[in-house]
Amino acid sequence: MTSQQNNGQALLVFGCPEVPVQAAIGLYLAGRLAGDGYDVVTAGNPSVLGLLRVSDIKKHYIGKTVDLDRCIGEIAEKKRDADLCVVFAHNDAGISYAASMRYLLPEARLVVIVFGRSAEELAGQIEFPCEKVVEKAVHNPGKLKIGIDEVFGWHASTN
Amino acid sequence: MACIDELNPEVLLRGASFAECRALVEKRCREVYYVDPGYAIFDTHLIGVPPIAVGVEETFIVLPYTKPCYGTFLIRVPGGEEVERLRRKGRRRP
Repeated sequence: MTSQQNNGQALLVFGCPEVPVQAAIGLYLAGRLAGDGYDVVTAGNPSVLGLLRVSDIKKHYIGKTVDLDRCIGEIAEKKRDADLCVVFAHNDAGISYAASMRYLLPEARLVVIVFGRSAEELAGQIEFPCEKVVEKAVHNPGKLKIGIDEVFGWHASTN
Repeated sequence: MACIDELNPEVLLRGASFAECRALVEKRCREVYYVDPGYAIFDTHLIGVPPIAVGVEETFIVLPYTKPCYGTFLIRVPGGEEVERLRRKGRRRP
């Protein structure tokens, strides 16, 4: 994987790790964004970060990590910024985090990945400007990956 | 600065949606203030769909508290100096 021009900072905001596809898609997304020249920062609760660190022992993909509450605080206090923010949402809390990121990072590109069994219902709650990838994925990340590839313009290179 | 977890919060709603929390704050609290995501109460920056409704009940604050795995709780905590700060910084209308 070779880095190209620096595209700025990409912040990945992870939700609760109870839905299996999240970790796989998160590692994939982190790797692809790093390959596109982003400095990737991964934010999540201790369980999410633990899962990702164990899966990515040499830190090829996840980049820097930060506790989610600390990350929110730093952004609110203008100590942290992002050019791209991707929020994973499979429950109401995920939508609340995404809405908060929209408010706190008004200039950033915001992509909300809505997944899990209630994906379509949850996506209907999004009333703020963002790009969305919506898929009822729980265990199989295939369709979710296709949607993400389309949003980021990777579909042609991953077939 | 106090940690909300250490204030022995009374849980009014558990695992609720954000909309349910806002509705209950507006229903039960005579004194309601609206703040934006990131507003800090004690050591906690609030999460939610703006504007976020926060209630005052005498010396207590009623606020939504979101955790990724458990959804949003509506909690009631002793407000201390945060009550006056909320009255100064919060908006009375959404």
